[in-house]
Amino acid sequence: MPRPRPEPVQVVKQRRDAALSALVHGVPYINFLGIEFERRGDELTAILPFDNKLIGNPLLPAIHGGVTAGFLETTAVIGLAWSGLWDDIESGQISMESLTEGHLPRLPKTIDFTVDYLRSGLPRDAYARARVNRSGRRYASVHVEAWQDQRDVLFAQATGHFLMPSKDD
Amino acid sequence: MEPDKAKMAEHFINAIPHCKALNMRLTDIGAGKAEMELPYDSKIVGDPETGVLHGGAVSALMDTCCGAAAMCHPSSPSGTATIDLRIDYMRAATPGQNVRTKAECYHITRSVAFVRATAFDDDDSRPVATATGAFTVQRK
Repeated sequence: MPRPRPEPVQVVKQRRDAALSALVHGVPYINFLGIEFERRGDELTAILPFDNKLIGNPLLPAIHGGVTAGFLETTAVIGLAWSGLWDDIESGQISMESLTEGHLPRLPKTIDFTVDYLRSGLPRDAYARARVNRSGRRYASVHVEAWQDQRDVLFAQATGHFLMPSKDD
Repeated sequence: MEPDKAKMAEHFINAIPHCKALNMRLTDIGAGKAEMELPYDSKIVGDPETGVLHGGAVSALMDTCCGAAAMCHPSSPSGTATIDLRIDYMRAATPGQNVRTKAECYHITRSVAFVRATAFDDDDSRPVATATGAFTVQRK
């Protein structure tokens, strides 16, 4: 049997971007902080554009530790949900219509989250990437790294454990 | 809270743009202890289907409250920064209810303040989250 012709690149990209956008923009807190995600294939980079309302220490000035924690937790949750949804997005099992209508897949729930503050967050854009170290049927462990100007100079890192949404929900 | 302490507490929050953006309130402070409140707001919801607040907003509240507890310790460091903070989420905060947190700086050395905090909604018997953290101690 001949191999089916691959889908046109625009169709694939449109489906992936619609799924990601629905996942990210459906959460009010993510919009409040102004976090956006960039996608290269299945790799996601979270971006936190600097804004004065993110400041926690006006004298330095530095980004609030709670903002850093929220940014890293968001990166972890979206990264984990994204890696779980990838196969369904690729196979077209998740329909564009249901996503754009706001029928979002259930997100993983945070059990615990530990942030390691390596240096103060400067008043400029921040970036983060998550790595799913283990994802089982019920629990997952995710590590996140965040940096600003230089990729190798992290200003924070975090590890969290998450409860996966049950498949029959 | 005594009037001068309340004034200081208000000044502390208003000086921090992110706390102001979340409408946080410092409800009590003194001798290595602090209490804060985060009003429920639909703009900081983490789960649109249930209306439960995002963990990040609770983190910001607990981080600030732990920092305030470290700063008001009798050995009075002039400033502080978070070294590490772990938050355990026991349950979802009930939608529509404010989140309150109490933090205590239970040990301080010349360089590090050790702080723990618990967060509640209207139900005082079941914590929403607990936090433990280490903070820097900046000497005057």
